[in-house]
Amino acid sequence: MRFGVIVFPGSNCDRDVVYVTQDILKQPTRKVWHQETDLADIDVVVVPGGFSYGDYLRCGAIARFSPIMRSVLDHAQAGKPVLGICNGFQILTEVGLLPGALVRNRDLHFICDRVPLRVEAQGRFWTSAYGGQTQIKLPIAHGEGRYHADADTLAQLEDQGRVLFRYCSPSGAVDESGNPNGSLNNIAGICNEAGNVLGMMPHPERAADAQLGSTDGLGLFEGLLQGQLAAV
Amino acid sequence: MSQTYQAQIYVTLRPSVLDPAGTAVQSGLQQLGFTGVAGVRIGKYVELTVTAADEADATQQVDQMCDRLLANPTIENYRFEVQVLTEGVAA
Repeated sequence: MRFGVIVFPGSNCDRDVVYVTQDILKQPTRKVWHQETDLADIDVVVVPGGFSYGDYLRCGAIARFSPIMRSVLDHAQAGKPVLGICNGFQILTEVGLLPGALVRNRDLHFICDRVPLRVEAQGRFWTSAYGGQTQIKLPIAHGEGRYHADADTLAQLEDQGRVLFRYCSPSGAVDESGNPNGSLNNIAGICNEAGNVLGMMPHPERAADAQLGSTDGLGLFEGLLQGQLAAV
Repeated sequence: MSQTYQAQIYVTLRPSVLDPAGTAVQSGLQQLGFTGVAGVRIGKYVELTVTAADEADATQQVDQMCDRLLANPTIENYRFEVQVLTEGVAA
């Protein structure tokens, strides 16, 4: 399976993703400069974390107009997987592939931490490799990661089982004490209606190598591989 | 004949969106002794010049800029003013 990792001016988690898909998972991977327009050779698009265009105006607002985003839209509309991590999640909401927006954290702090998450919506291929395991821990690093959407959108996300990751307390309770940034419904990651586009604020690529202290994030990429192989 | 216009654009968070920066500034003002202050909201101010056929054209262009890039309608509202920029008084 070929991975394409989009690189904007200001992306800084691109190489971390490439390390996971190419060096750990042994999948062919190429970095795709944002001014390219051809994704025909790519199976999975990853929009990585960072500060595209310095986060000027709003996170992701300018990146969405990069030439490659037209191709990312086509890729997503063809039903192929698109994963947006952190700034990538912000870009996917700005471009309209995912609903809602990511706004300033509740307590104004930039948060760099490792937080417990509930893995929800077990029927999705993204989370299938977790095999019913409901709690994992992933790093977060963001100043504007509070998920916001109007009441109708939130209800739709919940009714359709599109919330894939939720912040929780160490005991697994989904409540305010386990909500680091004030996200509505403790939302940390959501997918689109078809299920092939996932956006999440936590960084699975930073928890995929045991030498970094955790491999809780590797399951996400493994689920992606298994899901794709099953679909072929 | 085209004309240059100046646009002053105000982008604010929708009332339903929590504004933690505004809340923090409000508490700072209250600590300064401005105990009557309430409801501080922080937004963005964008100033630009645009060349257009007439004021209606300038207004339409700025409206589209706001809708497509300068504001995110999911979380923000915007309003703006457009006025003719007299020659030689460019910003």
